[in-house]
Amino acid sequence: MSALVTSRNIAIPDEAYDLLLTAHEGLTKDESDALNARLILTLFNHVGDLDVIREAIEVARQ
Amino acid sequence: MLDDRYALAHRLYPYERAADQDAEVAAHHPVVVIGGGPIGMAMALDLALRGVRTLVLDDHEGVGEGSRAICFAKRTLEICDRLGCADAMVDKGVVWNLGKVFHGEDLVFEFNLLPEGGHRHPAFINLQQPYFEKFLVDRIRQAQAEGAPIEIRGKNRVESLDVRDDGAGIEIMTPEGPYSITADWVLACDGAGSPTRRGLGLGFEGKVFKDSFLIADVRMKVDFPVERRFWFEPPFREAGDSALLHKQPDDIWRIDFQIGWDVDRDAELKEDRIRARIDQMLPGVEYEIVWTSIYTFQCRRMESFRHGRVLFVGDSAHQVSPFGARGANGGVQDSDNLAWKLAMVLNDEAPEALIDTYDAERCYATDENIRNSTRSTDFITPKSEISRVFRNAVLHLSRRHDFARPFVNSGRLSVPCIYDGSPLNGADSLPGGPAQTRPGAPCPDAPLEDGFLLHRLGTGFVLLAIGQEPPDTSGLRSVSIATPNAETRARYLVAADRALYLIRPDQHVAARWETATPVEIEAALNRATGKEMA
Repeated sequence: MSALVTSRNIAIPDEAYDLLLTAHEGLTKDESDALNARLILTLFNHVGDLDVIREAIEVARQ
Repeated sequence: MLDDRYALAHRLYPYERAADQDAEVAAHHPVVVIGGGPIGMAMALDLALRGVRTLVLDDHEGVGEGSRAICFAKRTLEICDRLGCADAMVDKGVVWNLGKVFHGEDLVFEFNLLPEGGHRHPAFINLQQPYFEKFLVDRIRQAQAEGAPIEIRGKNRVESLDVRDDGAGIEIMTPEGPYSITADWVLACDGAGSPTRRGLGLGFEGKVFKDSFLIADVRMKVDFPVERRFWFEPPFREAGDSALLHKQPDDIWRIDFQIGWDVDRDAELKEDRIRARIDQMLPGVEYEIVWTSIYTFQCRRMESFRHGRVLFVGDSAHQVSPFGARGANGGVQDSDNLAWKLAMVLNDEAPEALIDTYDAERCYATDENIRNSTRSTDFITPKSEISRVFRNAVLHLSRRHDFARPFVNSGRLSVPCIYDGSPLNGADSLPGGPAQTRPGAPCPDAPLEDGFLLHRLGTGFVLLAIGQEPPDTSGLRSVSIATPNAETRARYLVAADRALYLIRPDQHVAARWETATPVEIEAALNRATGKEMA
């Protein structure tokens, strides 16, 4: 059984995607990389479950 | 012919002619220790206190200069306490518990190593390695006077080993020429560069980190707090990519600077160059430089620590990066693990197969030490652009958010390994018992009415009975705690009302029960002494 939610889970996907792009607006490549890294670590902590994180990394690597 | 490779801090065992040098036939020794460093001396002392005649061969006449290893962990002190020399170390050492981590000017993380009381020894002391070695040799001299069968021969360099199925022939060079001896067992405690390992053509595989650190030990009178301070990307940026400041005895402070991979060692070790770095870090402070060194680091180990009758102990078997103080502390645990096993085998109390569990248990522990020290090194010296990005993201988040602080890794400090899965582990039949004292785990200390638990456990197999009378097991010593206090409950019972623990001579748990019959205890004892493996 998958621990990671891989079914549709966000009510308004366009809003979520827009939040991401807006956060990066006006940033240099280095600043964007740093923001992404902080965002991943923050979400890691929210998820907390190593199995979910492992599966998410697998999805991202495919 | 026998030139010193380093200057001595203490000339403790000057060369003396031994009777073996005039023997017609090569003299025989049950155990020969090659190398008189901290691990070789701990090994020899432990064996001799168990009645095993032990000879130490060292190619120098004493303890080398330079502070080198400075952080000694609680477990090391507990082992040295069993050997009878911890008090001198703790009295001389600097006790510390607090660590602070900075990123630039900002404090990002703080840790306290000893959040709970009721331990005889502190979490860590800082003590220059020459003192640590000297206290071991002082204790060896005292033990000798009391009849312990131990001999140290200075300026005795092993030239070659002729390894046989039942021991080895050893060729030795001295200032008065060569001689030979034979041994049943050879313990190679001759350090990371181990001439014994190289002489036998054995591999030492692992990972080299592409960075280097400058160590400067300086003497200065300052009232900085007694805490470990570590900077990532320090405000004194030109001094290094990271830096460490840590107090030692005698007003000596350890300073480390991360100075990069492609450095000109000779230029960086020039006093004015070192002073330029320190002056940036400590403007206006007066100091004297007492010892400097540049080190690079590796994490690697031998595939097996046993090669027939030759056993590798300490850095000769494995090398870790210094972050976490897992080198010397890990080596002392190797010695702790091996001494009782070898003594039992030599006294015909256990089969030779017991020695294979030294290899199994300490390889397992070494992998844990390498894993931890590799992760610290990856954090401190990021090896790719993206790992630097994540490292700095952690440090950035840590300033304001507690959740990110556990990711900060400036060294995961040495704790003893729990030998999960060891072939020596017996029953784990204590429902509700704490995970920290499961079979394979080192016994945590606890205060008793008249001293401390580890002291009471002694140096042989022992049955610890808590909240019950120990069953009648002939020949097995027991320690009884009728009414456990809060610390003993928390560390040995938790939800259980009573317990029996079978504890090994190295004070690791062999088996535990709520209660057990003499037959069950006997079975666990047989298992813990390798009798099931024979």
